[in-house]
Amino acid sequence: MRWLAYLRPGDWLVIAAGAVVVALTLPLLWQGGFAERAIIRQDGRIFAEIDLASRREVAVPGPLGATLVAIEPGRARVVADPGPRQYCVRQGWLARPGEIAICAPNHVSVQISGRVRAYDSLSY
Amino acid sequence: MTASVTELTITAEDRRVAWLATAAVALSLVDAAIPSPLPGVKPGLANIVTLVVLIRYGWATAVWVSGLRVLAGSLLLGYFLAPGFFLALIGTTFSLLTLGLARHLPGRWFGPVSLSILAAFAHIGGQLLLARLWLIPHNGVFLLTPVFAAAALVFGTINGLIAARLLAEIPAAEPAS
Repeated sequence: MRWLAYLRPGDWLVIAAGAVVVALTLPLLWQGGFAERAIIRQDGRIFAEIDLASRREVAVPGPLGATLVAIEPGRARVVADPGPRQYCVRQGWLARPGEIAICAPNHVSVQISGRVRAYDSLSY
Repeated sequence: MTASVTELTITAEDRRVAWLATAAVALSLVDAAIPSPLPGVKPGLANIVTLVVLIRYGWATAVWVSGLRVLAGSLLLGYFLAPGFFLALIGTTFSLLTLGLARHLPGRWFGPVSLSILAAFAHIGGQLLLARLWLIPHNGVFLLTPVFAAAALVFGTINGLIAARLLAEIPAAEPAS
């Protein structure tokens, strides 16, 4: 390789050091782990905890009617909700741990969780 | 023609800085035309000029060329004083400071590629810092650090190699313009 002639010994060292820095920052990409489960809550109580492995739909009854939640491998979303503003529906697919869609009028929420539980909030 | 009242003497150094800055601005425009998958990930071709200038003409000239490049480049691309301008400015400042230190490394061992990689990491480090402190005050900014760091390593190496080749092919006696 003609181009390799331009590299001096220390340059290899710097390239290696750069690669180490990149490797050290890699875990940031998977912060919070992978999406593994969807936790569906109704009125604050856990209605269902579903493994994000299968493909299914869940109807969650609330004061306004049924909220329809779709589960797919690695992601989940609210498909339909009787609420007036449809915020949780428009949020679309949830795929990262900690993501949550709240259908407040119907008292339903869908949250994604990973293997390790990420803190939502801390107080001390 | 009426003689001008104010006399500006233009030195050879001024002309050289102007030419080199022009080359750097042209490369900035090429850079901006290359589609990027993620804002912030781009080759930074203009840094090739900075490296060549640093090694040929010293740090002060490199500062001039880079500063003019950021200013003129932002005016031409229309982001002068927009957030992108300050990101470019802080990145350039950080990499120039790093280059100022790194150029004292023994030249036998550390060539343009080392300088280029170090400058690229300083560049992205400064930008992430500014983005975290000012534009997006949330740690989520750092989620994409691995992507930026990898880009800095890859493009830093490539730019360094190009600069090394230019330095080898352009004889030292001739101005690089």
